[in-house]
Amino acid sequence: MKLTKKYELGKKIATREAYGDALAEFGADERIVVLDADLSKSTKTANFLKLYPERFVNCGIAEGNMMAVSAGIATTGKIPFASSFAMFAAGRAFEQVRNSIGYPHLNVKIGATHAGITVGEDGATHQCNEDLGIMRTIPGMVVLNPADAAEARACVKAAIDYEGPVYLRFGRLGVPVIFDEDTFDFEIGKGNLIKDGTDVTLIGTGIMTSEAIKAAEMLAEEGISARVINICTIKPLDTEIVIKAAKETGAIVTAEEHNIIGGLGSAVAEAVSAECPVPVVRVGVEDCFGKSGPAKELLEVYGLTAENIVAKAKIAISKK
Amino acid sequence: MDISRKQELSDIATKIRMGALDCVYGANSGHPGGSLSIADIMAYLYFEKMNIDPKDPKKADRDRFVLSKGHTCPALYATLANRGFFSTDLLKTFRHTDSILQGHPDMKYIPGVDMSTGSLGLGVSAACGMAKSAKISGDSYRVYSVLGDGELEEGQVWEAAMFAGHYKLNNLTIFVDFNGLQIDGDITKVMNPTPIDDKFRAFNWNVIVIDGHNFDEIEAAVKNAESSDKPTAVIAKCVKGKGVSFMENQASWHGTAPTKEQYEDAQAQLKAVLGGNN
Repeated sequence: MKLTKKYELGKKIATREAYGDALAEFGADERIVVLDADLSKSTKTANFLKLYPERFVNCGIAEGNMMAVSAGIATTGKIPFASSFAMFAAGRAFEQVRNSIGYPHLNVKIGATHAGITVGEDGATHQCNEDLGIMRTIPGMVVLNPADAAEARACVKAAIDYEGPVYLRFGRLGVPVIFDEDTFDFEIGKGNLIKDGTDVTLIGTGIMTSEAIKAAEMLAEEGISARVINICTIKPLDTEIVIKAAKETGAIVTAEEHNIIGGLGSAVAEAVSAECPVPVVRVGVEDCFGKSGPAKELLEVYGLTAENIVAKAKIAISKK
Repeated sequence: MDISRKQELSDIATKIRMGALDCVYGANSGHPGGSLSIADIMAYLYFEKMNIDPKDPKKADRDRFVLSKGHTCPALYATLANRGFFSTDLLKTFRHTDSILQGHPDMKYIPGVDMSTGSLGLGVSAACGMAKSAKISGDSYRVYSVLGDGELEEGQVWEAAMFAGHYKLNNLTIFVDFNGLQIDGDITKVMNPTPIDDKFRAFNWNVIVIDGHNFDEIEAAVKNAESSDKPTAVIAKCVKGKGVSFMENQASWHGTAPTKEQYEDAQAQLKAVLGGNN
């Protein structure tokens, strides 16, 4: 799926901004209903509210109810986008998502913003590093984690066109646009080969894809050829691109703004261990809670950096 | 309601009770007490009130029904079977591995089930979503839901109540099966949800208290709901295990299957009242 160009390469835009923009952009579709839980200015669903107030439903601070309300709306043929912070969408409302949306396989889109530690100053209670893992365990749930504004926009469009439950993960921190919409082609379930390489493969998701690209450049300076793959669809995982990378480069590093348990790293390790076992080293939050601080400082504290990906790439190569 | 129609509905309710017991006996598990208690409400909604078509279970303008207390689906399945959504022969396959009749309502496989439920508190929220959706697009269908009184202990019920009151979902009517018993015993001793009527009033609902086994009162409440500008909560005083002497008002029959002798005794008791021979 291709969209007309909207975002300039290199410009820093938070994926939540792209979420709000996309809801407004595609919101003329009368099947779309946007729900929020008192966070519309933060999740950016307010952009939709301005244009289509009659199809915006504020649920107040009651995320569990919002998810099951969305399920009820979906049974009537509409396409609800239920929005809140990832902590509450995937965490607080897990059981509602599982039983009222996942089990009946209803056409609900969950727009979860403020994911990961880059929520920053709000601290650990609001830094959801578990959502990819939680959502991935629900049968039939599509899990999307876009790397930049261009991909976030494409995710929203793809979610509208797809029939079934989709979890979309967005962030608060501005991140560079890395995909040129003139050439970018998005498909649910397909990874993107960003740079070819032979010694190791760096697989990034979300805001860590741009760090993986930087890491590959740093490795190149040391004479190490790193392949870079972006995985937006955590589920269903593009096992073809992952297994090909395992076979051709023999070592993998995954990078995600998420606990190293349950997310991209786990999904890649599961796929690789079954078909082509090679070393998989995971970069992510190392099974600990976050803390308050500016997002950029926290990325350093928790090792979510190109430098750490470089270090882990060398470890992965050494284990070949 | 004229007497002959009342007798017809009463007989239908009795058949729903018999079918519900077929389910629970056939599965050797399930929830008879709260299934028997809501049979009259189910009979009225599905055989008198709701705009539904067993030949076209998903027709767009149908009235919706959500069994928020999903564990009492033996009553729902027996209602749907008697109404012609599927064969009554299926009832005895309830909870069997190869049956569509899941232990809790499953909208994907069971004709006539509008929402998958079972986890308490979730169904009423989904019913709110259906009602809100109708408001958004100007559809005229109505949404009905049945909740347990114990279910009111779930916080989500009150999130949903706040939502429905806030959005004035006057196309939503819920019934609370106020039978006073939950698995662990008397609801006022386990975790007291009373006063129920005042709580819903405080959440900006239209509230009506009725005898849940009286068709005139059920009908009056449903009609009253149609002229309200608020969502309506019908607090239906019911007898758990209604119609079977040894099950009535016994919390122990919340989730227990009858033995062969108990099943035969129960069916005989129910059969005896068919046609007004009581």
